[in-house]
Amino acid sequence: MIEIINLTKSFNRKPVLRKLNLTIEKGETLVVIGRSGCGKSVLLKHIIGLMRPENGQILVDGEDVTRAKGREMERIRFKFGMLFQGAALFDSLSIGENVGFSLTEHTTLDEESIAARVREALQTVGLKGIEEMKPSELSGGMRKRVGLARAIIRNPQIMLYDEPTTGVDPIMGDAINDLILELHDKLKVTSVVVTHDMTSAYKIATRIAMLYEGKIIEIGAPDQIRNSRNPIVRQFITGAAVGPITEGQ
Amino acid sequence: MRRILEVWTGIGSRFIAFLEYTGGAVSLFVQTLLWVFIPPLKWRRIIHQMSVIGWDSLPIVSLIALFIGIVLALQSAYQLQKLSADIYIPSLVSLSVTREIGPVITALVVAGRVGAAIAAELGTMKVTEQIDALETLAANPIKYLVVPRFLATVFMLPILTVYADYIGILGGYLFGVYKLGIGSSLYWRMTYEPLLLKDVLTGLVKSVFFGIIIAIVGCFEGFRVEGGAEGVGRATTLAVVISFILIIAADCLFTTLFYFAF
Repeated sequence: MIEIINLTKSFNRKPVLRKLNLTIEKGETLVVIGRSGCGKSVLLKHIIGLMRPENGQILVDGEDVTRAKGREMERIRFKFGMLFQGAALFDSLSIGENVGFSLTEHTTLDEESIAARVREALQTVGLKGIEEMKPSELSGGMRKRVGLARAIIRNPQIMLYDEPTTGVDPIMGDAINDLILELHDKLKVTSVVVTHDMTSAYKIATRIAMLYEGKIIEIGAPDQIRNSRNPIVRQFITGAAVGPITEGQ
Repeated sequence: MRRILEVWTGIGSRFIAFLEYTGGAVSLFVQTLLWVFIPPLKWRRIIHQMSVIGWDSLPIVSLIALFIGIVLALQSAYQLQKLSADIYIPSLVSLSVTREIGPVITALVVAGRVGAAIAAELGTMKVTEQIDALETLAANPIKYLVVPRFLATVFMLPILTVYADYIGILGGYLFGVYKLGIGSSLYWRMTYEPLLLKDVLTGLVKSVFFGIIIAIVGCFEGFRVEGGAEGVGRATTLAVVISFILIIAADCLFTTLFYFAF
């Protein structure tokens, strides 16, 4: 379980997260929606300890990520897998080396065992025979799937997805949604997905939370959000250009 | 009154920015030193960086060292011929090259080629979230990215410097022997006779510090990148400019120190 308590963060004195509170239950897929630049990715980076807040706590199975350092942080991070918006594959390494990176760095497995695990992870995301290729040779959708394979190779307990369907065509986007669902069912992971793609959110979410002006303004099951009476949530999910979000901008 | 206040505020904020920069770079240097001694060292990555930094710099270092050697001999001849002291050209070339020109020119060439490349590579990794990805995979970016580049630069720069010393002396030899008509064996004798071990060693000590400057400034600028391609370009330029300034400043400091100490 992940508990986010009074999380506060600002950049250049501009508040991005304001005493944000959120609980993510074990095994659920929580989708965080909100406008671009509202702090969704910042929230995700706090959960995995890439950013430090000014105030507040993030407890992952009772351990505070915001105060963890060194080996303790390393141990907490082994619980996570993260898919970045642009996949963030290492340009200088081959696909096989990218996917197997975590095993090469942190285990004593021999090359053959690592190669087998890499093959298996790539197969899970629907790819095969691309181990020798470089990231620059792949399409956007393939890069995201490789990023996913790299994230799941050590069987994480928690998966974080930063805009998983952004930058890919709708068909590939839906294939990625199916993969997220499959991984959730197969590996029983807790997932936190950040997106502004409502089609994707309705499809994969156990619960949806809307982030607005640094706080979670509504949280509930996909149907609850779909039928929300909150005018801010309604404007966002219907994609209307006029409404309370855009008023005064 | 308001104008004066603005000027002082500007000076104050620049001074704070300078202190922040220096503190950040020194902190990166200290952390890098600590990680050097935390096993395991990834030798494959270090050797790869040595090849990129050392081997790939050989052609440009050769070319520049050769030309500098020739130019040094030419300029010495211009003065010494007036005194009929051509015979001292080899000594002047060898001492200038080993004590000063070899280490400084090699460092400047490597700063331009390697320091810029380090800043651009790490900067691109930063803006494409590859450095964040490293951290999520529980790999420390300093251990993984900075340590190999740091060790490779600090180890390869003295080797390149010794090589540049030889090529520079060879440049002087070509001009002295084939243009001025100084005998080959006499030229070599006048090259090595005045040369002491300390002349070569002081050059090498300098090159180790120049290597530290190039690697740390390049990596630090790379890590500081923000704002996409424009930020990468700015970091690359800054890495070269700051390295150049620090190399020349450090050279001035060391030359003064060695002058009075030895």
